[in-house]
Amino acid sequence: MNLQRRTTLKTGASFALIAAAVSAGVLPTSAFAQWNKNAFDAKTLNDVVKAMGGTTAEKSGDIAITAPDIAENGAVVPIAVASKLANVESIAILVEKNPNALAASFDILAGTEANVGTRVKMGQSSNVHAIVKAGGKYYVATKEVKVTLGGCGG
Amino acid sequence: MHRREFLNILAIAAASGAALSSRDLWAADRATAFYDLPKFGNVHLLHMTDCHAQLKPIYFREPSVNLGFGGALNKAPHLVGEHLLKAFGVRRGTREAHAFTFLDFEAAAKTYGKVGGFAHLATLVKQLKASRPGALLLDGGDTWQGSATALWTKGQDMVDACLALGVDIMTGHWEFTQGAARVKEIVEKDFSGKIEFLANNVKTTDFEDLVFKPYTLRQMNGVPVAIIGQAFPYTPIANPRYFTPDWSFGIREEDMQKTVDEARSKGAKVVALLSHNGMDVDLKLASRIRGIDAILGGHTHDGVPGAIPVKNPGGTTLVTNAGSNGKFLGVLDFDVKNGQIADFRYKLMPVFSRLLAADSAMDALITKVRAPFEAKLNEPLARTDAMLYRRGNFNGSFDQLILDALMESKNCEIAFSPGFRWGTSLLSGQAITREHVMDQTATTYSHTTVSELTGGTIKTVLEDVADNLFNPDPYYQQGGDMVRVGGLQYTIDPLAAQGKRISDIRLGGQLIEAGKTYKVAGWAPVSEAARDTAAAGKSEPVWDVVETWLKSKKRITARRLNTPKILNGGGNQGMA
Repeated sequence: MNLQRRTTLKTGASFALIAAAVSAGVLPTSAFAQWNKNAFDAKTLNDVVKAMGGTTAEKSGDIAITAPDIAENGAVVPIAVASKLANVESIAILVEKNPNALAASFDILAGTEANVGTRVKMGQSSNVHAIVKAGGKYYVATKEVKVTLGGCGG
Repeated sequence: MHRREFLNILAIAAASGAALSSRDLWAADRATAFYDLPKFGNVHLLHMTDCHAQLKPIYFREPSVNLGFGGALNKAPHLVGEHLLKAFGVRRGTREAHAFTFLDFEAAAKTYGKVGGFAHLATLVKQLKASRPGALLLDGGDTWQGSATALWTKGQDMVDACLALGVDIMTGHWEFTQGAARVKEIVEKDFSGKIEFLANNVKTTDFEDLVFKPYTLRQMNGVPVAIIGQAFPYTPIANPRYFTPDWSFGIREEDMQKTVDEARSKGAKVVALLSHNGMDVDLKLASRIRGIDAILGGHTHDGVPGAIPVKNPGGTTLVTNAGSNGKFLGVLDFDVKNGQIADFRYKLMPVFSRLLAADSAMDALITKVRAPFEAKLNEPLARTDAMLYRRGNFNGSFDQLILDALMESKNCEIAFSPGFRWGTSLLSGQAITREHVMDQTATTYSHTTVSELTGGTIKTVLEDVADNLFNPDPYYQQGGDMVRVGGLQYTIDPLAAQGKRISDIRLGGQLIEAGKTYKVAGWAPVSEAARDTAAAGKSEPVWDVVETWLKSKKRITARRLNTPKILNGGGNQGMA
């Protein structure tokens, strides 16, 4: 356990860190002014891509989704997305079976590493999609995350 | 060999239809030579796993139903009975056949006696450590849970026994149900400088910092050897999350590859993974991670006689699984020449307590640990007419007993019991003692529950557990057996899609209705609400319910197993 990191956050430097994070563009835009209502209201992968200004998303092996195979707690499922594509402009995370599929959207400014993470709420087992806009085109990668009742193991 | 034993062997062989040869009998007579395993190579790993706190010798019946599908169809570990014997070249009617299969279980158990027991295991470990200088003893976990004394001493009996046994390295699963603070206390105090507790996949939920050391690098006979630990990835899902609220688990392939690469870069010539993933997960992991020489696995309690080679982009990884309940000790020898593994030998040795004299120091320790509880443990509660066991994909007879007790005591038409794979076996005619009941029920959350569930919820529960067992991707499996069900009949199609495996759910011949409410008894709930109910004294532990029921019956007749109708099981070698 990295106590130093924990202490740093507890000692008031946290505001500076968050401010830096915002300016680096790694916080969800949803938290701020540019609310793409249509995208967040969309129910499917295609609708989200359209609301984001595209038509379809192409499957890509250059997008890595880091998420648990089985969620430990459906209320806070850690999902991270990293992309090796050139000229990444934005990264969106979708939970297919959530009432509103789009869980988060990140604008990636030039010179920023395309590597974001957040925690999403999931009511049931679902595919999780990462949509990456890069060089004006849309790409997608998918991973299944299972949400179970628990118990009864080994 | 005693004449009685000789006659029993004849009887077993005759019953099983096996041809008797003088060679078999000669082999049986050389019982004392059973443990002579010539030393091979220069790197030696001794592996025990999932002993579930069984300090004393016990009976343990291997499963007759252990289904595998897809890539796991008709392959180890999804082979039972004759199929397993055939795959590994073990002769029926032999001591090994008894250790690895359920065949002729009762007759063979009487002939060969009990298995396991730390005093007997200690003798074997000493013998192997003497013949293999530098050997490391690895414990795959599920060591501090499974018995009355482990529960009552908060795992201390097992901690002391493992220190005395000379365990060098361990990882865990049920250990975590002692609570995070207790685990830390043992690892940092009792184990300090003696046993390394390793887990590459346990991190804090906030910053994802490692909670335990991920791997260790040891010099063995001039060869740098890395051992990586992998705790059970689904601990906070399969068991209550409130025991380790600040820790996150998971398989974490990327971290595993990084750790293997780091160990290699620091000079490791042999990299072994001490894993509590379960064998199906280990087999998949072995096909995807480069640079692991062997995965010494547990969790799924598969007593697999051989090491399974798995190809991956980096070469070949051996995968083993060393059974449960102290019944086996795995011995993996590598011959490392010029920094390369030239060859290996693997043997999973059954621990027969009659063949291995009890180690006196360990025996004394166990006697001392049990002394305050001995009278309580040995109290007979009833006598069983028929064999009692648990292990298998569906209801075992001891589970059926628990379900019957729950339904009758709680006045419920339906009962659920978790698909645990631990729990010892009893032979027909044996007295059921309090210790035996605790062997089936001793967890830190064994409260009973009575719930009003709709038919829809009941189906969801069955589907959810079925997917944990039969999801075609091992990474989505949790490694337990199917939830045991009392009262309800159902049909299961393991090959169907998630949510569509269970059908024809009936109660008393009538299909259950999705919207109708049913009264369901159960135990070992994972929710915090259930814990709080129990803490408020509103729920009794399951062992009390079973004990009261046993005492009222005195004699337990053979249970009628409530097993489901299984579709697509034809030709499956995971079913006898």
